[in-house]
This record gives sequence, C-alpha cells and structure tokens, in this order.
Amino acid sequence: MTSSLATGLYLIAGVLFIRSLGGLSNQSSAKRGNLYGIAGMLLAVVATLAVAPGGYGVMIAALCVGGAVGAVLAQRVAMTSMPELVAILHSFVGVAAVLVGFASYLAPAEELTGAAKSLHEIEIYVGVLVGAVTFTGSIVAFGKLRGSIPSKPLLLPGRHAMNLGIFLASAALMVPFLGGHHGSAVWALGAMTALASLLGVHLVMAIGGADMPVVVSMLNSYSGWAASAAGFMLGNDLLIITGALVGSSGAILSIIMCRAMNRSIVSVIFGGFGATEGAAPAKGAAAPQGEVKSTDAQAVAQLLLEAKSVIVVPGYGMAVAQAQHPLYEAASLLRKRGALVRFAIHPVAGRLPGHMNVLLAEARVPYDIVLEMDEINEDFPAADVVLVIGANDIVNPSALEDVSSPIYGMPVLEVWKAKTVVVTKRGMAAGYAGIDNPLFYRDNTLMLFGDAKKSVDAVLGALTEGTG
Amino acid sequence: MRVGIVREVGLGERRVAATPETTKRLIKLGFEVQVESGAGELASFRDEDYEAAGATLAKASRDVWATSDLMLKVRPPDKTADGDHEADLVREGSFLVSFIWPSKNPELLARLATRKATVLAMDQIPRITRAQKMDALSSMANIAGYRSVIEAASFFGRFFTGQMTAAGKVPPAKVMVIGAGVAGLAAIGAARSLGAIVRAFDTRPGVKEQVESMGAEFLELDYQEDGSGEGGYAKEMSPAFIAAEMALFAAQAREVDIIITTALIPGKPAPVLITTDMVESMRPGSVIVDLAAENGGNCALTHPEKVTTHRGVTIIGFVDLPSRLAPTASQLYGSNLCHLLADMGGGKAWHVDLDDEVIRGALIMNEGEICWPPPKLAPKIPPAPPSKRPSTRPVSKRESGAPKGAPQADPKPKERGASHGHGHHGPARPSPLWPMVAGAAVIALASHFAPPAFVAHLTVFVLACFVGWQVVWNVTPALHTPLMSVTNAVSGIILVGGMLNVSGPLSSPATILGAAALLLAAINVAGGFLVTQRMLKMFAKSPEDERGEKGR
Repeated sequence: MTSSLATGLYLIAGVLFIRSLGGLSNQSSAKRGNLYGIAGMLLAVVATLAVAPGGYGVMIAALCVGGAVGAVLAQRVAMTSMPELVAILHSFVGVAAVLVGFASYLAPAEELTGAAKSLHEIEIYVGVLVGAVTFTGSIVAFGKLRGSIPSKPLLLPGRHAMNLGIFLASAALMVPFLGGHHGSAVWALGAMTALASLLGVHLVMAIGGADMPVVVSMLNSYSGWAASAAGFMLGNDLLIITGALVGSSGAILSIIMCRAMNRSIVSVIFGGFGATEGAAPAKGAAAPQGEVKSTDAQAVAQLLLEAKSVIVVPGYGMAVAQAQHPLYEAASLLRKRGALVRFAIHPVAGRLPGHMNVLLAEARVPYDIVLEMDEINEDFPAADVVLVIGANDIVNPSALEDVSSPIYGMPVLEVWKAKTVVVTKRGMAAGYAGIDNPLFYRDNTLMLFGDAKKSVDAVLGALTEGTG
Repeated sequence: MRVGIVREVGLGERRVAATPETTKRLIKLGFEVQVESGAGELASFRDEDYEAAGATLAKASRDVWATSDLMLKVRPPDKTADGDHEADLVREGSFLVSFIWPSKNPELLARLATRKATVLAMDQIPRITRAQKMDALSSMANIAGYRSVIEAASFFGRFFTGQMTAAGKVPPAKVMVIGAGVAGLAAIGAARSLGAIVRAFDTRPGVKEQVESMGAEFLELDYQEDGSGEGGYAKEMSPAFIAAEMALFAAQAREVDIIITTALIPGKPAPVLITTDMVESMRPGSVIVDLAAENGGNCALTHPEKVTTHRGVTIIGFVDLPSRLAPTASQLYGSNLCHLLADMGGGKAWHVDLDDEVIRGALIMNEGEICWPPPKLAPKIPPAPPSKRPSTRPVSKRESGAPKGAPQADPKPKERGASHGHGHHGPARPSPLWPMVAGAAVIALASHFAPPAFVAHLTVFVLACFVGWQVVWNVTPALHTPLMSVTNAVSGIILVGGMLNVSGPLSSPATILGAAALLLAAINVAGGFLVTQRMLKMFAKSPEDERGEKGR
C-alpha cells in the first residue's frame, strides 16, 4: 500500500472520529456514534499496519494482549466505579505518550538537521512533558476516586511557587536537551520526565474531592494534547486531529463543570480551592441554627404515598451505596399510583460529568424523567416531597444565601422550596466541600439516617406494604 | 424612603397593596411605611395590626399621597370619592407601583406624565423564571381559579362529591375547565378537592401532564395542532382546529354540570367557545363561570360583572374574583410587591436599573417619560433541539387565562440558570479578542521560520481544535460520561505512534518502548469503546415499553 493511500485512510478515520463525537449529541444517535469511533480506530490500525515497514508480530501481539485486557476491564467494571476506570485509562494514554516520545527520540525515522531537528526535538519534549503530567496526575486522581489516597487537598506552603519552579526547571532542561547530539541527551529528557511526573502528582494532590469532575475532564483534555503532540513528533495528521478533538472535548467539559460549580478554571487547575477558604467559615459565625429532625422509613413511605409530585435528587452517596436500583423500583411504584416522579440531576453530582445519568440509566430509569438542574429548578416549589439521596453540597442553600460561604454563587438545586425534603445521609458529616449544610436544619427537612441503599430498601419495603 | 398605602378607590375593590405581614417585610427592606386609616378594612386587616407591624397611620389618603416617595396600589389610579383623581395626587417626581394596564389606559399615562412620576406596572412584569416571585398576574389568576369554583358551588344546587346515603344516591358533579393556565389549574385543584369529576381542555398539548397531575382528565381532540404561543400563552388556532374544538365542547356541554372557562389570547378579545346552543343544551341548574368576562367572555351569553340565568343555566361573569378573596389576594400581591422592591435595592439602595430585564419590562414611565412598550430585546434563544425530551419540559407557571385581560407579554429570552450545554454558543463562551490575535501572531511567526511540513501539521491541528470545539458543545449533558469514555478510547489513537516505532529490530530500545506504548494504548482503545457501548445500551427511552414489547 502506498503511503498516500494510508493518508487517505487516516483522513477517513479522522472524519469517523468527528462523527463519533457528533453522534453523542443525543441518545438516539449515540450508539451509532460509538460504532463510528470503533470503525475509525480499526481503519487507523489497518492503515498503520500497511505502511509500517516491519515488526508485525510484535504489533499484533501487543494489540491482542492490550485489547483483551481492555475488554476484560470494560466488562468487569461496575458502573459506580466508572470514574476510576476513566482516570486510570487516561494514565495509560499519558504513559503511552511518554514512551512514544522516548522511542521517537531514540530512533528517529529520518535524519534531521538544523531547525527541523530542533523543532522535532521540541515536539518530543512537549509531548513527553504533557504525557508525564497526564500519567501521574491520572494515577493520583484514580487513587483519590478509589479512596486509597485521601481526597482532602494537600496544600503545601508555597505550592504555586513550587509548580512554577518545577515548570521552569523543566523548561531549563530543554537547553541541554536541544544542545545534545542525537540520542545523547536522553538524560535531560529523563530528568524532565521525572520533574513533570512530580508536577502531575502535586497538581492533582492539591485538588479537593469535590473538584474531581473537573480534574478528570482536565486530564481527559491533557491526554488529548499528549496524543496531538505525539502526532507532531511523528508527523502524523491522524494523531494530531484526534488529539485535538479529545483535547478540546476535555477542555469544554472542564469549562462546563467549572461553571456548574461557579469557580474559575484557573483556580481548579492550580488547585487549592475550597480548602483555604473552606476550612474557616465551616466553623464560622454562620453556623446553622435549628434542630435536626430525624425520621424513619415508614414515615417516609407514608409521605411518598400521599405525594402527588416527587422529585428525587441523587448524589454521590447513591453511587457509593448502589442505591439506584431500589430507588427506581420505588419510583416506578409511585408512578404507577399516579404520582409525578422525576429525577433532578445537578451538573456536578457524582465524581464525573454525567455520572448520575449513567447510574440511573443502568437502573433503567427512562431518561425523559431525568431532568437537568435548569429544567427542574423552578418546579421544586410545586413538589410535595423531595428525596435527597446521598447528596449534600449540590442542595446547600448557603450557595444562594450566605455570602461568606465558600460555595456562594454556585448554582444549586433549590430543594428546600418543596413542601417536605427528606435527606438520606450516613451521619451529620459535611460534604466534600467541607462545609455545613443549613438544609438539614430547616423546618421542612426530615433526615433519614443510614446507608443510602439500606434506607431506600427500607422505604421500598414500607411502600410495598403500604400499597400491597 | 417612605412607602404609602391607601385604601383602594375602585368600586367593590376589597384588596389592599400591603398587609400587616408584608408591612413588616417592607420595613425590614429599609422602607418607612405609611398607611391610610382603614386601608385594609375590607380585606379584614385592622389599623392596629398595621401599627403593630411598624407602620404609621394617616387620616386622609391625600396626606399619604402628598408625603410618600413610593406609592403602592392594587388598581390603576382612579377617581376618588371626593372627585379628585388619584393620578393628580401623585407627588411630583415620586414612584408608583401598581396594576396599570397601559394599553387600556393611555389617558391615565398622560396624567401621570404631568406629575413627572416613575411608574412600574405589575401587569407588565415579564413572565420569565426569575420574575416569577413578582408575577402578580399569576398570583391573582390562582385566586380567581379557586374562587371561580367556590362561586360555581354556591350557585350549584348539588353536592360536588358523589355520596351514597341512607336517603339515596347522589351523583358527583362533573366539571369542565377550558384553558389550563394558572387559573385553570387552580380551578381544577379546587373542584377536585371538593370531590367533583374534572375534565380540562387546552390548546397546548404540553399542559396535559400538568392537568393530569392535578387529578383531572385531559380532553383531547383527534385534530393535531400545537397551540403553544410565545411566552407560554396560547396562540390563535386554525379554523379546522376550532371546529373540532367546538364539537368537543358541544358534546361536553350536554354532559357536564359546571363549565369554567379561562381562555384568553393575548391582545385579542376572548374567543367565544360556549355558544348559545351549547348553553341551552346544558341541564337546568348547571353553572358556567366565565373568567374571561372582562375581555368579552368565552360564553356568548356572559354579562360582565353580573350573574344571569338563561333557561335555568346560571352564567357568572364576575370580574373581581381575586377581590372576593381579599385577605389572601392582598397577602400574595403584597408579597409580589416586596419581591420587586427587594430586587430594586430596597429602601437603602433604591435604584431603577434599566439594564434589568424585569425592571425594564415593568417600567412604563421614567420621571414623566413614557417608556412603554419596552424595546424588544434580543430574539428568543432557539429552543433546545426537539430530540431532547420534547414534551416533558413544563410550560407551567404561564397561563392562557388571566382574569384581568392579560396583555401581550413580550417574548423575552427564557433565562437559563446555570451554564450548560445548549444555547450557550454565544455570549457565554469566553472569546476575548486578544488570545485570538496572539494565536494568529504565533502561527504567522511559526510559519515564517518553521519548515513547511510543520506548518501543514499546525494547520491541521488548529482546524481540528475548532471542529472538536464545535462538535462537543452539542453533546447532551446526560451523555458526558460516555463522551469521556469515548474520547478516552479515541485518544488511544496514540497506538499508531507506538506502531510506527516498533518497526526496528526487536531488541532496540525504540521497539521495546513502542511496543509497550502500543500495548497500553490498546487497553485504552478496547476498554474505552466497550465500556461506552455498555453504557449507551443502558440509555433507553422507556425500558418498560421495550420490555413489554419483547415479552409479547
């Protein structure tokens, strides 16, 4: 096969990738979009195999092993651990970019001289840098999402100066790297990789758990840029296009998430939001007044049976407890009795953009009763019962009312406007943003303490008795 | 700043613009409140209660008018009992907030203009999400709807609820409500809780869900046409639709005991929906309540402000239903006013913000200059693509039947609370000029010095960024997780990079590194795509239906 035919195939693959992302604009075309993506990837592999001068055995072996591992991972993963999977997959792209960078430095496809050589080396350098940051950043994010690394932000003194220092040192290492003879300056590349890895760890360590959706989106973006950089170093347009697509996709998601939390993207990237500011007002003067009223499953079931309009607000607690299945059973029971049951999704509920939608879809909740914040916020005053399952910060009234609150200005679901709010919660602990929630002390709020799954199961049991 | 409340002068008007409770709120907002003695009398509020709430009392309404900076009223200024006109009493340069109905009262506007007044009309508050708390039309419509059922009940000679008593069986009353706006829905709710069988009709199919949620049956036509107009109001329908609609009403008229009509089309006389024939086909003792009486009536035989009987059918044309529930109406209206005044800065930071869409909409006169109707704002943001939950987006909190001659509401872009997905292509996206200029400069510089191959790649890169940017904004928020996993899979394209490095001898470091990269990237590709496929399989429109079909 000629290389221009391969280029043609690459072009087709690129178009397929674009259609793949375009397909996700709505549910009905989404599956087809994914198939386009798969087709594009196959085409790209075939075209590359065709132009590669040799080493087919190694390639096919690596492809098969990798593919098999990926397939097993994809089958095994629980929908609730989707954030972890996504994070760890990002790290693979990062490390692959680093490896490709090194490989490409050690075995340049053609001998280059002068400006072209410098440019090629700069491309390698940048690709490895971005790849390394993505790699370690994703691993830390993975750890935080799994809970094996504490989700509290790690705030070292002078962290901004540290980040800047590491970055400048990396940039400085470029001088010996560019000055070095072909292949001889690999130490500089290695040193920079180590520094960049450190940077990745530090950047993500400084970010609190509540900002995880943004971090995962950012890492998604980085992984795209890493692929794009690899494309530059290899002179491969398909890599450039695809990387750019992924990079902008991740960037857009980050922007959306940031807006949903009313924070600037810069403060999330550089970390440390909500920790310095968050710690103080939590114990500050604005401690919520009033009493917490707790209730039991029987009473909640009774409330639900009497309600005409019920809105369910799921949060990360639902994901952790896997409460979506009994929750939907309860919802369909109420729907059969003629109540209007809807689910309200905050854009940053969960630890991943769209996390709640995926879980509810897994529980087979029809997506036309799952509404976004903008669509449902004005309906809360008309709701008889709002069921908050394992959510906290996204229903915190201080975001609208308390100027001193660190989440002030963040759009939230205005559940407290409903007639009655039932909150299931393990205890009175603060949410990820680490601030107290006055909602729990409101007159129309009832607390149902316990694990979300067990609480919902108990409510479902009481409902079945009540209707049966 | 001193707020003045006077006794309403309109004949039979029982409402008042502030209750003792809203007086407290006004004072909390930093106003001083002055109330004419007896202002709340007809709404069952005593002078003592106003005083206890912190207001000062004034003997005569003249004094209130003369010494207040901001007058709150219910009805538009009108002739007083002493022969004065309230508009002439307005202190020069002061503020007035009230129902005004500027399209019906041009002469009143002229009078107010001579007083250099600044006037906000409660009837002109734009009907957008943010302004709902100030939407006095909805508050009043809600009351009118409730009261219409109470009036009907008092003229109707039977129980609403069906009863089996020792003395025999009483069938339940059947009620038909035409127009399911705020008033219609309130009427449905009231009639349902009295125990009647309720049916409702509306030209906007989107309200079906709301009607059903109130416990009524939604009457549907065989003829398909969507009557949703701008701003949540109904629009005028085609002749074929109207014919089908009339046939439905004629059939229903023979069956039901009570008809409550709330149909209004902005800026037009109310459509006649219940003809003389239909009235005559109703059983004697039946009742019709016409909430559109003030605008000509939905029933051909309605006499505004009067109760008439035609062949045993009582037709109620009251136009003052909210006033008949004066304490609640005053309380709700007073709260609407408090919200508006709070938005305007309260007593401490009082200002008229012309850039505030709500304030600008309500402002009909600024220091004597008539500024109504307000300039049309930017055209409506195109609605989200129809594929996205077409029918469940509620049209609620708007109505087709305001009892007081609903004016043409200006189509205003519906506000979207937070930033999300669709509709944010324009101003919401940060696109300052300088980064673009800087980018262009870098590209120009790079293309001058760099080898042509690099420039070609750069071109591809920049264009791809733009394509990605455009495409991804269209992704629906519910699919953000699948988007991440699919982009994740796609970014595994870096395996191509791995493959291109494997070509050397097996033991060379480049080959080993390349193969490792290839392996990891392949995990990514397979994992990403498969997990996306798994997730997308779960996104089903209505799983119960699907399952049901498969089962058959």
